[in-house]
Amino acid sequence: MAEGNEEARAVFPHKHLLGIEGLARRDVEMILDTADALRGITLRRIKKVQTLRGRMVVNAFFENSTRTRVSFEMAEKRLSADSVNIQASGSAMAKGETLLDTLQNIEAMRPDMVVIRHSCSGAPHFLARHLSSNVINAGDGHHEHPTQALLDALTIRHAKGTLERLEVAICGDIMHSRVARSNAHLLRLFGSRVRVAGPQTMIPRGVEEALGVRVCRSLAEAVEGADVVMMLRIQKERMGADLFPSDREYARCFGLTRDLLRGAKPDAIVMHPGPMNRGVEIAPDVADGERSVILGQVENGVAVRMAVLYLLAGASELPAE
Amino acid sequence: MRIEVRNGRLIDPARGMDEPRDLFLAEGKVAAEAPPGRLDRSLQADRVIDAKGRWVVPGLIDLHVHLREPGEEYKETIDSGLRAAAAGGFTAVACMPNTTPPNDDRSVTERILRQAGRVRGARVYPVAAITVGREGKHLTEFGDLLEAGAVGFSDDGHCLADAGLFRRALEYARSFDALLLQHAQEPRLTVDALAHEGTRATRLGLRGWPRVAEEAIVARDLLLAGYLDARYHVQHVSSAGTVELIRAAKARGIRVTAEVTPHHLWLTDAAVEDYDTNAKVNPPLREEHDRAALRDALRDGTIDCIATDHAPHSVLEKKIEFDRAAFGIVGLETALPLGLKLVRDRVLTPLRLFETLSTAPARVLHVPGGRLAVGDPADLTVVDPERPHRIDPDAFVSLGRNTPFAGYEVPGRAVATVVGGEVVFELS
Repeated sequence: MAEGNEEARAVFPHKHLLGIEGLARRDVEMILDTADALRGITLRRIKKVQTLRGRMVVNAFFENSTRTRVSFEMAEKRLSADSVNIQASGSAMAKGETLLDTLQNIEAMRPDMVVIRHSCSGAPHFLARHLSSNVINAGDGHHEHPTQALLDALTIRHAKGTLERLEVAICGDIMHSRVARSNAHLLRLFGSRVRVAGPQTMIPRGVEEALGVRVCRSLAEAVEGADVVMMLRIQKERMGADLFPSDREYARCFGLTRDLLRGAKPDAIVMHPGPMNRGVEIAPDVADGERSVILGQVENGVAVRMAVLYLLAGASELPAE
Repeated sequence: MRIEVRNGRLIDPARGMDEPRDLFLAEGKVAAEAPPGRLDRSLQADRVIDAKGRWVVPGLIDLHVHLREPGEEYKETIDSGLRAAAAGGFTAVACMPNTTPPNDDRSVTERILRQAGRVRGARVYPVAAITVGREGKHLTEFGDLLEAGAVGFSDDGHCLADAGLFRRALEYARSFDALLLQHAQEPRLTVDALAHEGTRATRLGLRGWPRVAEEAIVARDLLLAGYLDARYHVQHVSSAGTVELIRAAKARGIRVTAEVTPHHLWLTDAAVEDYDTNAKVNPPLREEHDRAALRDALRDGTIDCIATDHAPHSVLEKKIEFDRAAFGIVGLETALPLGLKLVRDRVLTPLRLFETLSTAPARVLHVPGGRLAVGDPADLTVVDPERPHRIDPDAFVSLGRNTPFAGYEVPGRAVATVVGGEVVFELS
């Protein structure tokens, strides 16, 4: 822990958190170590420190999200940051204002950080070029969701004691998944190996090279010998786009069951970024089973987001325990 | 105006000529030609252009330009576009019909020509829509449009994907020996597509525009064009596979021609890294082996022409999220400088460069120009091949600034442009 504190006191070398791609392994370690240090706060009776007092964070969620938004808000409140939320509906954007105008108007009110969730890949990168605030990507299109990958990493580290040399299966709709991309980038930094599986309609071209993963022909092949099995949410609207024929078929061919999980390592953990479609990509008894760390992921989400806010704010000292 | 162009190096690909020559222009035509200083002394010029150290070439012809007027005059006008063309060394451009209203009937064609007649700039050759409203349902009045001045037909921006209708269009065009220009993009394979489908798009989370969406249409069209013996032109070829299809079709004697843009000759999808909307273009920038194949095809004649697909947009369409940004790159004022860079890099000879920028487009469109023998139109460009500079969008005459080439070092540019014996552009 002493070493962790050393690193946490170092300055985080990035102004924004736009993606995992572009981070170094030590950057990820700094965030995870800081998250571990901050996690204690969430276990106290009074779950609040003064660290970001007087800082203003804007949560700009232009795409529906409950979990991630609440997680960020909770992280902000626990660090005593002030925060405001803007959403696509009801914002000036619904009246035809451009994204940049909306954010530049908000920036004129001098916030310190902007957390952005947007359905367009690259939207946070576009804003980061034009805003002076710190920009945190809370999910952009099909591109990245860095805080999700970080909270997944924290969860894996707690369960496995390491992020190195693990076999990780990521299964489902890889094509549209920013979670898969961010996780693959992160795990690669630590020398872990990622296999992906899912309907071939949802395995994007060149994914092996793009993300450094191995494509498996079946869920069973992906799960075989895995330390971690990460299931992705299947969005029902993909059925309309003929990416898979039916829920029933999806559950039969690409859903994780207790039976399939027997192929994984005996101490394998099961993860899901939520929200889950129980009985489609994951059987209820697996979601609630002893291997599942799904609720732990959610808990770690707050700690990881606190760490990111804290490090980007450039705060120099961790709050005293 | 009677003009003597003196001391230049005349590059006239139609005659395979690349020699020092003086030209005398009168009554809108090339009136005389002679080795340096040997023009008939009785010819009295109103002005002399000293082209010492410069190249004198047949005026450049761009067979793929968006002038945006009528309808989107904040992006470009016929006036600004034709002056930008002249500043880039072009003496004529073919303008695409995706305006508002679209150029799908005589009144729009006439309006464009009337407006262009008031501009001191390049000539314009309107390309009319193949289908009414560019909707892919009913053919436009080809005969009437040709009579009004249209030089060919395209639904550019949209692919005419309906095989039955495209067959009828090719057949009907034969009645007039008219040219059809296809924007080859199978729409069902490119729904919401944003960038070349491959490793980079996968990593960036951008929906893919696969090569096969272009190749599938070109393959089908080539079969139809061969079957019907119709004239068929492939716009903005982007993939190595399309090159192969065209090469094979030409070998079989199918009457196909093709163009490639400067951006596909110079860039790959690496340009969309960082979500640079100035590199968002349709068809998308592809991979290195496509770029190499396009260069080879331009060199060996499989691809006939360089065409810019000059597509001006304002910041309204470009300074926004990548997904929502418009497709398109401006090209009128960068095509020649980038072409000269191809010569400097020994990709093309000077003769081949000006064949692809002038002689071939004139031949494809069946329009005058593209050659500078006595009796030909006095449409010419004086090029300074040794005038190194960096591309500066703020210096463009075009209203469009959307280019991924800002800051590119290029070897030279046009210094004078003559249309019909009148100087329409001269670098001050």
